[in-house]
Amino acid sequence: MMNILIAGVGGQGTLLASRVLGRYALLSGKDCKLSEIHGMSQRGGSVVTHARIGDKIHSPVIWEGGADMIIAFEALEAMRAKHYLKKGGILLVNEEEILPMPCIMGAATYPADIQSALKSEIENTYFIKAQEIATEAGSAKATNVVMLGCLCKLFGFDKALMQQAVAECVPEKFRELNLKAFELGFQRV
Amino acid sequence: MKELMLTNQAIARGAYEAGVRVLSAYPGTPSTEIAENFAKFDGIYAEWAPNEKVAVEVAVGAAVAGARAMACMKHVGLNVAADPLFTAAYTGVNGGLVIVVADDPGMHSSQNEQDSRYYARSAHVPMLEPSDASEAKEFVKLAYELSEKFDTPVLLRETTRVAHSHGFVELGEREEQEIKAYEKSPQKYVMMPANAIKRHVTVEARDKELGEYVSTLTEINREELTNENEIGIVCSGVVYQYVKEALPNANVFKIGTVYPLPMTALKAFAKKVKEVIVIEELEPYIEDAMKAAGIDCKGKELFSLQGELSVVKILEKFGGASVPTAESVPARPPVMCAGCPHRGVFYVLGKLGLTVNGDIGCYTLGAVAPLSAVDTCVCMGASIGMAHGFKKATNGESKNVAVIGDSTFLHSGVTGLINAVYNQSGITLLILDNSTTGMTGHQQHPATGKNLLGQPAPVVCLDELCKACGVKDLAIVDAYDVKAVETAVKNAIASPEVSVIIAQRPCVLLDKSAKPKVKVENCRKCGKCMKLGCPAISKTENGIVIDTNQCVGCEVCIQVCPFHCIEKA
Repeated sequence: MMNILIAGVGGQGTLLASRVLGRYALLSGKDCKLSEIHGMSQRGGSVVTHARIGDKIHSPVIWEGGADMIIAFEALEAMRAKHYLKKGGILLVNEEEILPMPCIMGAATYPADIQSALKSEIENTYFIKAQEIATEAGSAKATNVVMLGCLCKLFGFDKALMQQAVAECVPEKFRELNLKAFELGFQRV
Repeated sequence: MKELMLTNQAIARGAYEAGVRVLSAYPGTPSTEIAENFAKFDGIYAEWAPNEKVAVEVAVGAAVAGARAMACMKHVGLNVAADPLFTAAYTGVNGGLVIVVADDPGMHSSQNEQDSRYYARSAHVPMLEPSDASEAKEFVKLAYELSEKFDTPVLLRETTRVAHSHGFVELGEREEQEIKAYEKSPQKYVMMPANAIKRHVTVEARDKELGEYVSTLTEINREELTNENEIGIVCSGVVYQYVKEALPNANVFKIGTVYPLPMTALKAFAKKVKEVIVIEELEPYIEDAMKAAGIDCKGKELFSLQGELSVVKILEKFGGASVPTAESVPARPPVMCAGCPHRGVFYVLGKLGLTVNGDIGCYTLGAVAPLSAVDTCVCMGASIGMAHGFKKATNGESKNVAVIGDSTFLHSGVTGLINAVYNQSGITLLILDNSTTGMTGHQQHPATGKNLLGQPAPVVCLDELCKACGVKDLAIVDAYDVKAVETAVKNAIASPEVSVIIAQRPCVLLDKSAKPKVKVENCRKCGKCMKLGCPAISKTENGIVIDTNQCVGCEVCIQVCPFHCIEKA
């Protein structure tokens, strides 16, 4: 059983990332359930998507303390979601920081140095400049696929199957770009 | 062949395989994707209706005409559609009729947490509740069989965690259904008192028969006995999945028909276990019914009436979990997008100190700081009726305006406007026309010029519609033109007549063409632009900065800056 929680900000492409994991499950002959939230929170709010892969999945939702891995598309969202992580689980964080409205307005303060806080608390914490790498691959929008490349490496997923899953989940004209983003994520983490 | 599908997609697939010919729906999270996915099949008819009441009436008409039909909506949409539902329960159907309703425990994207199961009981219409995508597809097919066998509409209920989860679904073939002959039968289809009195008798008899029948559906109303004389859990929907994971060795009774409940089978189950515990989200619907039937059980003394359940919440009650708590970090509430055409309008309304009767849609976010402009939000269309009520209560003295979206105005706002004109309250109404149904993910509606399939369609012209309602004072402005919006609002509130301002600008997410960006020079830190609550603008020690990745060049901040420090780049 593999529980992967994807945390981010509405509009960052967390849904595509979970669909790729679902496709990976199909290709590897496993059961899978995904859970996501649409609607209001997609307008720049906190969003989490749950991906569960295994022999037989009941709940579509991962429980607190049950995630094998958290992929956070934004640093503050990593802080918000970290209690979902299992002891010994992997935390992968995109270094990008997006200020939430209360911080923009000065009603709250964005935590300083999230990176060291998380690294000192969680042994398997990896920070990656995913957006920068995606831009290098051709588009900042491929940040999600860079993160999937990292996940593939850290988790030891079957690389060829993951590449196939990515290729099958993105529009044809962005296929090459996304596969490049995936490869760069795989190499740089 | 199996496919990983969103449950809403699986429901669409089930409808297709069941031979459904006609589907009508109004978008609403978490139900929207059913119609969108059904529309992709060949040889069927699917449409967006202006509201859920119309959608159900269309489906009832199609079913009486002899075709299998479906209507889909979110929970609050069923309130709108309750009128045809209750009487279609009397007329029954001809071709099968299924109404899908999606509840939203936890209110991920809703204004209340109502429990639609009571509609089934109250209208005496059977209701099925699947627990994942695969089951959803099969339940749709079963629902059509029940509908035709018992001559009744059937409700299919899902909750957000079912509707918006993916699971593997085995694909089947479509079974074409011949259109059944329509036979004139006023006793059945004309519900005036003399006929309806007799049909009510039929409904009660049907209900009784169904009540016994559902206990024989042992595939979907099933016992999973593991340890007799231990605790027995009764559950349905996604809660079943949580129970199986939290308590894999527990005795479980999984309910598939939440109305009528399989009471005979539940009584038999209760006798085999030590203690019955009902685990259900929201109201004690199953628990109360079981207690009324004389089954001793526990439920809401253990679990909350509010929000969603989870594996951990169940484990906690059975002593098996210590829940790690979340770190307290700054909240990230949803916000209007950078470049949202609603922003400038709410900035003006806030600046003028007006009371704003708001409505349901992205513009509800006008209530959030720093705009903090919206005072009320109750249901779709309520802005206009409430604004009228404010005026009448204060002898026309209240300084309030109504704000509504284009799709919402057509959904149920227009009747409020007719009332305001007819009863002469002199309200000011702003229609924020962004040419789409925004919050649910950009669906077409009667004023966009396209139908559900994206094909050209006749356009309902909003200003002509307002004029036809009797509105004489009408202004059309560009929502990005802050000054024009302000002038129009000032004129409108000064007018004793009903005034309508249509603020036009397509949703920024629809128009992705590159636009000129803006730059900041010599910021004087006055903070005016910060009052817009634009996610692209943030404060630093040296003044504000604009995130060029997010900025779309709407230029509202340029107009708001009193020192001309923000300019086109």
